[in-house]
Amino acid sequence: MRLKQRRRVFAIGILSGPLLWTLAFMFIPYSIMFAYSFFTRKFPTFVPDFQIGNYITLFADPQYYQVLLRTLKIGVFTTIFSLILAYPLAYFLVFKIRSPRLRTALYIAVIVPLWVSYLLRAYTWKTILGSQGVLNSFLVWTGLLDQPSDLFLYNQFAMVLTLTYIFVPFMVMPIYTALEKIPRSLIDASKDLGVGRIHTFLLVTVPLSLPGILAGATFTFCLTIGDFVAPFLVGGANGAMIATVVQSQFGTALNWPLGSALSIVLLIIVLTIISLSDRVERAGRLDLA
Amino acid sequence: MTKIVALEGLTKTFPGGVTAVDDLSLDIREGEFVTLLGPSGCGKTTTLRLIAGFEVPDRGRIVLAGRDVTDDPPYKRAVNTVFQDYALFPHMNVAQNVGYGLRIAGVPKEEISRRVVDTLRMVDLLEKIEARPAQLSGGQKQRVGLARAIIRRPKLLLLDEPLSALDVKLREAMQVELKHLHQKLGITFLLVTHDQKEALVLSDRVVVMDRGRIVQAGTPAELYDHPATPYVADFIGTSNLIRGRLVKCAEGQASVAAGPVVVRAHMNGALFSPGAPVLISIRPEKVLLIEPGIALPEETNRIPGTVIESFFHGNAVRVAVNIGQEEPFLVDMQLQRSLSGAGVPGPGTAVTLAVHVASVSIFADASAEPRAS
Repeated sequence: MRLKQRRRVFAIGILSGPLLWTLAFMFIPYSIMFAYSFFTRKFPTFVPDFQIGNYITLFADPQYYQVLLRTLKIGVFTTIFSLILAYPLAYFLVFKIRSPRLRTALYIAVIVPLWVSYLLRAYTWKTILGSQGVLNSFLVWTGLLDQPSDLFLYNQFAMVLTLTYIFVPFMVMPIYTALEKIPRSLIDASKDLGVGRIHTFLLVTVPLSLPGILAGATFTFCLTIGDFVAPFLVGGANGAMIATVVQSQFGTALNWPLGSALSIVLLIIVLTIISLSDRVERAGRLDLA
Repeated sequence: MTKIVALEGLTKTFPGGVTAVDDLSLDIREGEFVTLLGPSGCGKTTTLRLIAGFEVPDRGRIVLAGRDVTDDPPYKRAVNTVFQDYALFPHMNVAQNVGYGLRIAGVPKEEISRRVVDTLRMVDLLEKIEARPAQLSGGQKQRVGLARAIIRRPKLLLLDEPLSALDVKLREAMQVELKHLHQKLGITFLLVTHDQKEALVLSDRVVVMDRGRIVQAGTPAELYDHPATPYVADFIGTSNLIRGRLVKCAEGQASVAAGPVVVRAHMNGALFSPGAPVLISIRPEKVLLIEPGIALPEETNRIPGTVIESFFHGNAVRVAVNIGQEEPFLVDMQLQRSLSGAGVPGPGTAVTLAVHVASVSIFADASAEPRAS
């Protein structure tokens, strides 16, 4: 065989595994789900059909579109709070820690929680915020409260808090990388040109770390709006998010077509955000070398 | 002329115990072009960063135009820097880069754009005013860096190896431009470089540094012709360094025995006792290769040798001659006519080196006796 042909056979050989995997476990299931979203429900089962009634229900019935809006709201808040926590942390690690060894150690300390079970970390907040939890015990002990309060748990605040806690490393990682890539000479140059710390930060550091902010925000937002553990553990009665509803449609409600339609809507939102963020990142890509 | 910069006993030790700058004092006059020259790690860049304010000295003072700026942050000092890696803001175009400092200082928009255009015209880059740094070549980027640094009319312009990333042709062209720019602007320039040629071409005064200290400061000609130490002689230009022993001192002339040869040198006021270990230094281009037996004037050394090999340099031929030392002795023969390579003696030819007594520098041999420090 000629070298060119051998290379082609080799390339196909390497690609065939992942390709088959993606086809069998991603593409085909998504296609089936997409087809289901047009089926008609005939309780307790459903029949093949092609109608958009399920989608109309989603956007007409307040029960569903309110969940959708709430999910997006929690996604936005979680992203904002993650950014507020992650940016100073990443900035501190990159610019204020002089020793590379200590910096790596602290960075790993930020990442390590990702190795702990996600369910466990969400559950932690249930025990902290609950009526018998650490926070209530502390407040009662200090005398700020007469008796334990139920206000901390089972609301949107608790969900945003828990989700922020869980996803903050996904925000720190890309911002850290982006900040690390900024040549120190640019910061020096800005100060050299008579520009103080704050303006240097706003005009040089922040714009050059935007790709990291964008990547972190995309990760955090997309992971948050697909989450169903936080609403399940700390969300309470009014804390349902899209994934919770999808779960119930495929479970107790026995309405697979509606659940599929909801999943497709979530999928479209996530894909839109990822492709938008990718396009913005490409447009603003800079040569830092 | 008035003093624009005074460095007084600057000392900077980095964590880990490396003393980059060691009790350095230097005055720079207004309008002067001064170069800090030395190999990497000699403390020249740290000195520049101390003046710019990027580093804080452990000891010593920096006085700029009569004002003590030692404790001022970089953005309060009337100095600007041209960076080795250009350090252009990649998210701004050329005009925004050049006008950056003025914009934040609150200069009116029309004045900024007028000054940006003027400055870019001065560095001959007006046609790239809208371009992004990524679209520029290395030489163009450095022009932007230069424009950005001079637009604020600093009292002192610091240049941190600004030409080292450029290829040879471009570097030589930029050297000429830099010199013209200095004459036109009247700003004091402080250049840092490891390139001795660049230092000689550009500077009014060259400051040679070694291990955080100043070894010698003087005009390029002074440094070249009268190096104060073998280190300077070796670092600036090429030198044949020969180790020997002083045998005789008389009438301002020293005779040095080095193996089989005896070389006479002007003392230039230096004092050595007979028998002292010394180093002599002779520039390759100050030596004539002649046939043995030709008569020479009294003031000329005559050193016999044998040609080992020769290297063609285009405008000159460098001939390595064995004169009975460890190292071959290098002689540069200027080629006045083309094809004059024919006149270069081949390997094995017996020759005589003729060196004027005034062209021989003599130093105490520091390596032969323990250092006082």
